[in-house]
Amino acid sequence: MANDVWVYIEHKEGAVSPMSFELLGIGKQLAEGFGSNLCAFVIGAQVDDLAKEAGTYGASKVYAVEGDVFKDFRGEAYAKAAAALLEKYKPEIALFRATVMGTDVAAAAAAQLGFGLCTDTIGLAIDGGKVKMTRAAFGGNYSVSVVNEKAAPQIATVRPKAFAMPEKGAGSAEVVKESVAVSDADLATKVVEFIKSATSVNLVEADIIVSGGRGLGNDQGFAMLKELADLLGGAVGASRAAVDSEWIPYEHQVGQTGKTVKPKIYIACGISGAIQHLAGMRTSDCIVAINKDPDAPIFKAASFGIVGDYKDIVPKMIEKFKAKLNK
Amino acid sequence: MKIAVCLKQVPDTEAEIKWDIPKGALSRDGMDCITNPFDEFALEEALLTKENYDGEIVAVSMGPEGAKDVLRNALALTVDQVALCTDDAFAGSDTYATAYVLASAIKKVGDVDVVFCGKQSTDGNTGVVGAELAAILGFSQLTQVSKVRSVDAGGKKIVVERAIEGGIEVVEAKLPAVVSVIKGINEPRLPNLMGIRKASKMDIPQWSAGDLGVDTGKVGTAGASTKVVEIAVPPPRGAGEILKGEIEEIANTITDKLIDLKVIK
Repeated sequence: MANDVWVYIEHKEGAVSPMSFELLGIGKQLAEGFGSNLCAFVIGAQVDDLAKEAGTYGASKVYAVEGDVFKDFRGEAYAKAAAALLEKYKPEIALFRATVMGTDVAAAAAAQLGFGLCTDTIGLAIDGGKVKMTRAAFGGNYSVSVVNEKAAPQIATVRPKAFAMPEKGAGSAEVVKESVAVSDADLATKVVEFIKSATSVNLVEADIIVSGGRGLGNDQGFAMLKELADLLGGAVGASRAAVDSEWIPYEHQVGQTGKTVKPKIYIACGISGAIQHLAGMRTSDCIVAINKDPDAPIFKAASFGIVGDYKDIVPKMIEKFKAKLNK
Repeated sequence: MKIAVCLKQVPDTEAEIKWDIPKGALSRDGMDCITNPFDEFALEEALLTKENYDGEIVAVSMGPEGAKDVLRNALALTVDQVALCTDDAFAGSDTYATAYVLASAIKKVGDVDVVFCGKQSTDGNTGVVGAELAAILGFSQLTQVSKVRSVDAGGKKIVVERAIEGGIEVVEAKLPAVVSVIKGINEPRLPNLMGIRKASKMDIPQWSAGDLGVDTGKVGTAGASTKVVEIAVPPPRGAGEILKGEIEEIANTITDKLIDLKVIK
């Protein structure tokens, strides 16, 4: 029988969002395919509640490492603990979210164990008794599937929203407390302060993104997009051209040199659709393109295309949404 | 202070990329290559650090001979020393093998206080070599750095800002450290003509696996633990629908269609 499938539960000082548990969905499918167990693992100062919650999303066992040394998120400390657990239990595969925190832990843990990993994975399937991991390469023009034959376990970071959220149920998990010897003296980093972002853009987690490009013409255009995004409970994105014109900060940039996103709805306004931008958003579920140029490449990727000026269309959309959504 | 910077040569982001599918590798023939855009920020940060604190910069790259160009560009920007890690045995290296080779080069340089690298490459896009490099070297791991506040080589301390989910984290770390930087940390400068002319005549030292003391069983296609089993061209997105009509009608249709997706709450 194959070994278990492990999912890392990400949190920030104990705070989670349902998204922290998203990989338990695909994890369950893999575990069922292998006929093994779905396990979660969590590292932090106090993680009892998190461990229990992982059970409600389908984990049958949760390995928990607790200690004051894990109060702040420190990649090196978390990676040491993760590497120790993975070495001890050697699951079939360990899945992490491809976020800043998840990648920090996964990459350093893999390096400590002495092997590579697959990053920003968008496909996971069992093939010949191993998990085949698929990722997009070169702006999504190719997909590359890899198997890490020498690694025990295989490690993958998985693109947020690439797989469906698991259902929350009444399940409960057995919690296994593990102690890993990591002390402050072993660590080289210390978190001095956290400055919360006023705008708090979380493009990666947003279900709806309204994005603007060079075609907006100026920074004022983003005020209009923000109104639409706020109305829909979404976030504002941008192309590189808009960021380089200093109309909006870099943290909003989507594309090859920005963030890779996979929202349910992506509304591209005044974005021509250069391959560098498409690389960051082409896997979105529904893409709406609004552009004056009927030949803009963005229309080839769009589920719905509107040829016209965003300045005419976006305000009309706002008006219609307000009426239809009673807002 | 001794500063190292890791530079990667990548296909021009404007270039059309072609895979040699049977070989499972990139066909680099006739392709325009550039310095990985994120590495330009790393190089600029190294130059700024040198200017602020005094020190010397060593730029290292791993790649085929053509990757000399990125090092020549670094020399034109007054980097003190460069080395190209190149060996047939390195071809096909995965991220871990790449980090292992770069770590061996940093060790060969010796007494490095801080290593700068870009947060990811625009070709491989893995974004993990910096973290792996830190883990292999046993250096402090500082990823997603948006600002370097101070570097104190004497006191063996560095303070940086990291752009993480939801805000900025200020982290103090012991040196030596690997700092991987994001776009926007600085404004990379361009080399001047005199620098370019001077660099064009300079010799680019090459380090082979033997020079680096690298175990060839651990690198390249032979050593890569991740094996490519399939390369495919994903199906194109289905042809979309162009909404036609008066603006009023279009706005009505698109809002209905989006509401029907049951995503908007």
